[in-house]
Amino acid sequence: MKVTKRGLWAVGALTVTASLVLTGCTAASDTTDSAAGNGGSLTVWVDADRASVLKDAAADFTAETGVEVKLVQKEFGDIRDQFVAQVPTGKGPDIVIGAHDWLGTFVTNGVVAPVELGDKADDFQAVGVTAMSYEGQVYGVPYSIENIALVRNTALAPSTPATFDEMVTMGQAAGTEYPFLVGLDPEAADPYHLYPFQTSFGAPVFGTDADGSYDAEALEIGNAGGDAFAAWLAAQGAAGVLNTNITGDLAKEKFVAGEAPFYLTGPWNVPAAVEAGIDVAIDPIPSAGGEDAQPFVGVQGFFVSAKSENALAANEFIVNYMGSEEVQTALFEVGGRAPALTASFEAASADPIVAGFGTVGENAVPMPSIPAMGAVWEFWGVTEAAIINGGDPTSLWQKMSGDIQTAIAG
Amino acid sequence: MTTSPQTDPGPLRQSARSKRATRIADAASGGWKVVAAKILGLGVVDAIAIYALFVLVRSESWLVAGLVTAVTLLVNWIYFSRGKLPAKYLAPGLIFLAIFQIFVLLYSGYIAFTNYGTGHNSTKEDAVNALLLSSQNRVEDSPSYKLTVLEQLGEISFLVTEPDGSVSIGGNERPLEDVRNAQLEGGVAVGLNGYTPLGFQDIIAKQTEIAAISVPLTDDPNDGMLRTPDGSSAFLYTSSLEYDEAAGTMRDTNSGTVYSDIGTGAFTSDAGQELLPGWKIDVGFDNFIRAFSEESIRGPLISVTVWTFAFAFLSVFTTFALGLFLAIVFNDKRMKSRKYYRIIMILPYAFPGFLSALVWAGMMNQEFGFINTVLLGGAEVPWLTNEWLAKGSVLFVNLWLGFPYMFLVTTGALQAIPEELTEAATVDGAKPWAIFRFVKLPLLLVSVAPLLISSFAFNFNNFNLIYMLTNGGPRDVSAGVNVGATDILISMVYKVAFVGANRDYGLASAFAIIIFILVAGISIISFRRTKSLEELN
Repeated sequence: MKVTKRGLWAVGALTVTASLVLTGCTAASDTTDSAAGNGGSLTVWVDADRASVLKDAAADFTAETGVEVKLVQKEFGDIRDQFVAQVPTGKGPDIVIGAHDWLGTFVTNGVVAPVELGDKADDFQAVGVTAMSYEGQVYGVPYSIENIALVRNTALAPSTPATFDEMVTMGQAAGTEYPFLVGLDPEAADPYHLYPFQTSFGAPVFGTDADGSYDAEALEIGNAGGDAFAAWLAAQGAAGVLNTNITGDLAKEKFVAGEAPFYLTGPWNVPAAVEAGIDVAIDPIPSAGGEDAQPFVGVQGFFVSAKSENALAANEFIVNYMGSEEVQTALFEVGGRAPALTASFEAASADPIVAGFGTVGENAVPMPSIPAMGAVWEFWGVTEAAIINGGDPTSLWQKMSGDIQTAIAG
Repeated sequence: MTTSPQTDPGPLRQSARSKRATRIADAASGGWKVVAAKILGLGVVDAIAIYALFVLVRSESWLVAGLVTAVTLLVNWIYFSRGKLPAKYLAPGLIFLAIFQIFVLLYSGYIAFTNYGTGHNSTKEDAVNALLLSSQNRVEDSPSYKLTVLEQLGEISFLVTEPDGSVSIGGNERPLEDVRNAQLEGGVAVGLNGYTPLGFQDIIAKQTEIAAISVPLTDDPNDGMLRTPDGSSAFLYTSSLEYDEAAGTMRDTNSGTVYSDIGTGAFTSDAGQELLPGWKIDVGFDNFIRAFSEESIRGPLISVTVWTFAFAFLSVFTTFALGLFLAIVFNDKRMKSRKYYRIIMILPYAFPGFLSALVWAGMMNQEFGFINTVLLGGAEVPWLTNEWLAKGSVLFVNLWLGFPYMFLVTTGALQAIPEELTEAATVDGAKPWAIFRFVKLPLLLVSVAPLLISSFAFNFNNFNLIYMLTNGGPRDVSAGVNVGATDILISMVYKVAFVGANRDYGLASAFAIIIFILVAGISIISFRRTKSLEELN
């Protein structure tokens, strides 16, 4: 008898699992269908941090329009690949939260629909809207803008340095162990953090075409400015100002411990320093090559699925609700990321740290979202690391530029 | 009760009467409880299956619905019929095997023969739809029109108010016409006699229809079309792409270039320029050919394959050697508190592997790592950035991660070898080394060899360790390929198939099949050879 009972339990568990597996993917769309009768419903993928704010905005939206909003929590990093995989099946969400540099993947896979900001476009900071554009077409509503800046320990360095060399001199005068910190990787340096110095030599990664979007055909990384930047990397590496053994974690640890007056980082590392009792000021990134030091900005926002059956409601929700001052301010209060809506940003700028990063961000450029960027990342960081660690700057940099060109063409 | 009628071999001359008697006896001894449990259990199962069927039929997933029906019927038949004891045992396992293993295997096998990946993500229909969607460009400096959606006899019209206050009406393929008698509210036309204005609720209810409407601005379609993204405002768009359904081609309306479907899974111009997104097609053995012919793969393939074999073999050898040595030491009865030492020995096995790899990566930092600063007193040994040291470091960390497992299994196997054999050998005058070499080790290998083979297969694909510890590095930047000194086949595949955010699932699946064939081949040969060991017994 034992046999039969055990078998029963097994088969019970089995069929439960089997049914769940087989129906799991259809369940989401099923609920969407059933609600369609009373004004439709929207499925929104959002990460845990922002779900609480969206819940209030969604409730307002439902009260006003009768459209039900279902928030599905996802791990932020998983959203890109899952969205790309699920939209074609027709079971994907109507709206997702995401980062602007996913846009290239989204557009090449045909999973996002253009968004018309209309007259509202002027209400957002220009860099936010540019970042959300791909080949001249706007695909998302921006909600936050993030970039790096120079974080200064005011107790160790009283004034803002104008150039990189001046900063190093001030850093050495401070008598701390390190004049300047930036988190790098022993193997792949960190092109993202070193990019403002690269642009200060006049060597952006890609040129831009007429409508301001990056052009994969116009690779500019290997121009004369690029060579100058490579030579500068070699010099700073030899002088020990740039050290690939100082990883992101180590740099943060040492700045928080007061071992350096300057630290090139983003707003995400500032709270730790403030909690440690360091009085910080946010400065523009000093130029190393004479031109403006432009960091990359990362913009986050909302995208609409190309296969959404609720396109009008989805657009209404993200443009007129997620783009409202109230929601953008609320999102800022929860996540601490500078809002993309100018009005909300100005309100948030009461905080000098937000204002400081925002000032640097005005000068920043969106990180390219074109698929060709994948080829750039492959070669960029390792070459920088090799040059910092004593490789021949000009030949390595030109080799990298050539390899990237080949990879993009291939 | 331990025997039941159906498992009885069955007396030859069992009368109907005695069968009935047995059944009554069965029932009296509690058999009804079993039947009730059976009915209850299968009832729950069937209820869930029927619910699943409702959902599946409504979403028109006929194939899956058919499978669920078949599986449910099969399960009911197996558990309601008498006998079929083997099926009762095996059915759950086999069904799980089919869902979680066989289906997944077949599916990834199928992917290897498609171009599924970034840019080829869905059907042609979806690709056309997405291309047309993103080709809608708003006319530069065009105003935004205030919109009221009207309905008359089931037909939708757009009532638009221009910024200068003039009002006009139009519909799908019906160009705008001026209207004078519209009802205004704050300068915006909100209604027209004979038409019903739609509220937001009505608009949402008909949003698919409304979103598809494009109203020509004038009789000339080149002036652009009015479309609405949200039902309350309209914008003027021109389309830069035109789809010719009959010919199956896309035409760029600005340059006149024609892109046609030439069987590569994307619209391609005569000059070879592709429009993305494309769509998923079957490509036969293309991915396998690419796996061996593409420059970025072919170049490093040999060195990576050699290192993969070396890494897998040395990992198994070193962990087994250390594990065996420790097992012998801790098996010696003269050792005190062996239990506690054993617990400590097993600790590395208890940590998640990827976490340990990250911690080791930190400890091996050239300038700030624990090993260099504390153990070596400030030496700057490039543990992870020198090609050969990095290979050594990878093996060392894998030894640290892997020896507890070998320690565990060899301890068990050693304890299973009868003590008398050692005594007999000693009596015969054998030295301890000879006892180990000629008595214990062969017996040990009989039980451990299959584990060594599976350990080899595991290390052959030990992606976690490589990815977390060195990410394949250090790389020779002058080589021009994205493959480093410690990259094994699986981590190389990851780098080649997934560049940045680009995914090439077809190529990755083809590689997975190639690696599977390699590992399976080696395992089969090794298992054959271990059979000779078994003959020792």
